[in-house]
Amino acid sequence: MQMSLDNLTRRRALGLGLGALVLTGCGGGGGPRQAAQQPATTAAPTTYTGPAVSLSFWNGFTGGDGPFMKRLIEQFNAAHPTIKVTMNVYQWADYYAKVPAAVAAGQGPDLGIMHVDSVATNAARQVVLPLDDVATALALTEADFSPPVWQAGVYKGARYSIPLDVHPLGMFYNKTVLSKAGLDPDNPPKTGEEYLAELEALKKAGIQGHWATPFPFTSSMQFGSLLYQHGGQLFADDASVSRFAEEPGVQALTWLVELVNKGYSPKNVGQDADLIALQNGKNAFNWNGIWSINTLRAVKDLEWGVAPLPQIGTKPAAWAGSHQFVVFKQRTSDQNKLTAAKVFINWISGHSIEWAKAGQVPARKSIRDGAEFQALTEQAAIGSQIDNLYFLPSVAGIGDASAVVDQAINAAILLKKSPKDALTEASAKADKILEQNRKKYGA
Amino acid sequence: MATLTAKASTARAATPVAWSGWATPYLFMAPYLVLFCVFVLAPAIYGVWVSLHDWDFLLEGRPFVGLDNYTALFDPASAVYADFWMSMRATGLFTLLSVPFLVVLPLGIALLLNRSFRGRTFFRGLFFAPYVLGVAVVCLMWRLLLDPNLGLVDWLLGTDIAWTTSLPWGWVALVGVTVWWTLGFNGVIYLAGMQDIPRDLYDAAKVDGAGRWAEFRHVTLPGLRPVMLFVITTTILASANMFGQSYLLTQGAPGGETRTAIVYILDQGLGQYKMGSASAMSYVLTLALIVVSVINFRLFRGRS
Repeated sequence: MQMSLDNLTRRRALGLGLGALVLTGCGGGGGPRQAAQQPATTAAPTTYTGPAVSLSFWNGFTGGDGPFMKRLIEQFNAAHPTIKVTMNVYQWADYYAKVPAAVAAGQGPDLGIMHVDSVATNAARQVVLPLDDVATALALTEADFSPPVWQAGVYKGARYSIPLDVHPLGMFYNKTVLSKAGLDPDNPPKTGEEYLAELEALKKAGIQGHWATPFPFTSSMQFGSLLYQHGGQLFADDASVSRFAEEPGVQALTWLVELVNKGYSPKNVGQDADLIALQNGKNAFNWNGIWSINTLRAVKDLEWGVAPLPQIGTKPAAWAGSHQFVVFKQRTSDQNKLTAAKVFINWISGHSIEWAKAGQVPARKSIRDGAEFQALTEQAAIGSQIDNLYFLPSVAGIGDASAVVDQAINAAILLKKSPKDALTEASAKADKILEQNRKKYGA
Repeated sequence: MATLTAKASTARAATPVAWSGWATPYLFMAPYLVLFCVFVLAPAIYGVWVSLHDWDFLLEGRPFVGLDNYTALFDPASAVYADFWMSMRATGLFTLLSVPFLVVLPLGIALLLNRSFRGRTFFRGLFFAPYVLGVAVVCLMWRLLLDPNLGLVDWLLGTDIAWTTSLPWGWVALVGVTVWWTLGFNGVIYLAGMQDIPRDLYDAAKVDGAGRWAEFRHVTLPGLRPVMLFVITTTILASANMFGQSYLLTQGAPGGETRTAIVYILDQGLGQYKMGSASAMSYVLTLALIVVSVINFRLFRGRS
């Protein structure tokens, strides 16, 4: 309470008379940081006994995953007559622009999904509420998920999100193409030597086996995976400085660029051309996100498989994103809605095997370990990497700094700059952005 | 000179406007002025205020930083300098390359389509058709057609050109696609302008023994001057505001060289929530566009 009064005075002193924006800051009686310190007030989160409430739930599931979430919500609504959840879907880019504006205007939805690397930024900007009490009330702990996934939703000591799924990078391969080069289509390469040997065999058969894409989807994820495999990090844990231009980063990017130089990849690969070429039988391997499962499944007569990424460096590692539940800040908080939201998050999380069929790895360990998930061969293959995933540090504005890496990778894979030069330049720029962000969001 | 002034004053005296009617013109203009002030002028002034702060509409602290956002744009050691000027260069280059085509080609097509021949309506529709497509449709389609390794264009030409990922081909693709997409619009404007040129001027030219070229030079072109001014000015502004093609077709490849200023400003402002910095950039861009527009108007006035 003390703090919101201070804020008001400070604002008045600044004379920024933007009524709507000013009001949001103090809605709900205090910023999230104080609320985080409040003890859990709600119990019995798995059932809801209050009056009928409706919850609006926004997300960006515009692809094949949308219908799966819709069906889950229909089931939830049917099972909970007093809670009515309605879903609004936007393109992710629009969603991330729209949600903060809606929350600022007091028109924000109740619930939403955020990618794990956006949680800290939105926590710092007070768009989402801390959910420690939700986790406590739902008796969710690190053991229910996996340490990196669970820790990724914590910003400045408070939890802001509950994981729904993880979507790691996997290695997709075209079995027909591998057979054509005399390779075993059921035993994809697992190490760097094996991988390069197969690329060499493919090259002799006239096939360029790993199209090195210069575009963020998915070159940045490939680069990151290789970087962590070589023992590196994109940023220091506290994001004080960038670390991607150090030796492991240079090794990782050089490895990708060498694919082009050695003729294992064509030059100047276009956006999404790597995956299209895999479908057309022109490419053998594509490191792509788990969301490609349903894309490839829809291609007629395509013999394909998916495996964990081969271990090129000294340890296994793979890029992953994660969809996480968040609760948005409201002008006035409604305990009934909050309780209903907890029930909803818990129910969906508990039923996320359905979500797995949309092409995701459920974050919930009990579901990942279940027979039903193991029966989803492709998802389970990619999901086996769960303990080797990395996420960006949970620091506000980290996405701004990591966007710089995308451009460096683009220039290097298009052979415009040497890997070392590209990364060093980007690193200097990223450090400046990190510094700006520290100033803006507070260290 | 003196007689002229005298004439003008007598003319004014001859049609007196009642003093009580002074508000009439303002009232007529009021609806537009109100909209202009609320949606253009006020935000523009507010933008200057924003550009003087480290501004995030959700954060409590929006510290006043004076001209820091502007000086950063001119300080080679800042995080934004290199990217901003690269994007300004991309915008300038695109404008320089695309405007001549977008001004001259539609004129030629309009001249052809203005003559009467069988199937004229069909061809008019044909050239205008791409314009009705959305930018996303156009760019997605051309991105696949121009794909460096799988695209139909390279296959048809028997070439191996990286249309969307290398220079200068990226510019050829961006300009080419934009011209293909939007030339119909300028063509229609020219056609409408040509309808307004009095027929008797052409008849008179014929009587004077003018050939086709002389007709074009001495009747059509002068008749189209106001239309030309409109076309050139709007085309320059539209090209300078190019966003979708760079965002979707090349994604700024290679290494951000085809990323236009608007794409970069949007990323700064709405992607990274650095609205102060983004506002400062827009003002620098605006200033550049004002200068170009003024030069443009001067040139046309000078000629007439």
